[in-house]
Amino acid sequence: MELDSLYQEVILDHYKRPQHKGLSETKDAQVHHVNPSCGDEVTLNLSVDGGIVSDISWDGVGCSISQASTSIMTELVMGKSVADAYKILDNFSQLMASKGTMKGDENILEDAVALAGVSKFPARVKCALLGWMAFKDASVQAIDGSEKA
Amino acid sequence: MEHHANLIPWQQLARRTGATLKWIPVTTEGRLDYSTLETIIDSSTKIVAFTHQSNVLGTVNDVAQIVVAAKKVNAITILDGCQSVPHFAVNVKSLGVDFLAFSGHKTLGPTGIGILWGRSELLAQMEPFLYGGSMIESVTMSEATWAPAPRKFEAGVPNMAGAVGLGAALQYLTKIGMENVHAWEMELTQYGLEKISAIPGVTIIGPSTPEQRGAVLSFTVDGIHPHDVGQVLDQYGIAVRTGHHCAWPLMKKYGIAGTTRASFYIYNTMADVDALVVGIISAQEYFKVA
Repeated sequence: MELDSLYQEVILDHYKRPQHKGLSETKDAQVHHVNPSCGDEVTLNLSVDGGIVSDISWDGVGCSISQASTSIMTELVMGKSVADAYKILDNFSQLMASKGTMKGDENILEDAVALAGVSKFPARVKCALLGWMAFKDASVQAIDGSEKA
Repeated sequence: MEHHANLIPWQQLARRTGATLKWIPVTTEGRLDYSTLETIIDSSTKIVAFTHQSNVLGTVNDVAQIVVAAKKVNAITILDGCQSVPHFAVNVKSLGVDFLAFSGHKTLGPTGIGILWGRSELLAQMEPFLYGGSMIESVTMSEATWAPAPRKFEAGVPNMAGAVGLGAALQYLTKIGMENVHAWEMELTQYGLEKISAIPGVTIIGPSTPEQRGAVLSFTVDGIHPHDVGQVLDQYGIAVRTGHHCAWPLMKKYGIAGTTRASFYIYNTMADVDALVVGIISAQEYFKVA
């Protein structure tokens, strides 16, 4: 069924058992992103230490796609350099823009390849990107902050 | 319970003029709390703007009661008829409101056009909000005078195609008869409320009985976000709207992220209600919350 290409088991697992959910007490940057058309929200805390994502945590409300995608993203970027995280993010953005023509590189995207099917549902792409865009925003702020400090 | 379209313009007006924006509270059942009318509409009230029928809850508001309260303090009443005019017979004269607006696209008509009706003496007092061709009486190099309403509010090339389309749509509805439209919707509402509220884990957001409510049925499904419910229903060929329905403050009042909303109209049948019920149950099975 077409739905199964959207709702992979991995997505439903992350939706029910989200990773890194619950905001940390300390952070270098905090961002709050909303999806104005549907009301999905993500608040994301990020700490960057020597160019490495040293801590990431989030909280939010939204559909299974937005929440699972955020959970998957946090697992992927945690402990990686911001530069590497951006590579993953670019790769994921390409996958989301692929309209169902790409499967996604599992070596780069790991669990996030489960979201490949989302690209066939244009209305849901923004759900999948919500947390990732929050990370991008937070990382810029965290790096800006550390440069000023 | 207002749509953003009947909220944000007033927020902006209040910001520009220093006016204060006040709300009539909504009860848990999705009705306006009329017991507050006299304290909210007081001698300082200039305008009372409200919806005839909620686009989220389906609630049909008691226009007469609000008009009485507004008239007592000489406030202008503006009725949002987007959800009422297409669904039942509306008579502006008997309602006693000063203005009524509705949109073309909800009357089976085209987008980009709507109707604003206003009392002629009030329209005569109002200044144009757009200037240009077609809206003048006479023009010199230094000044201009305005054509009478409605022309003074219709600057520029008119939306002719839209007007013809809207006219055709309204004639079509008139031919069917608004009382027939309403009678059929009431049958769908009664049946829909019964069937949908009987599904375990499903909560109707809005009045649970068909009295003074229309065929807009908003609901939540425990454990499934409205977007995901909508996605499953879409798979079954069922078109619903999901999310906050441009009424974000109302969602916050109910403490929910959004609802799934089925909006029944003349082209729907009881079989469509049954299909919706099957679709909701399938969503519950798919997301393993049943």
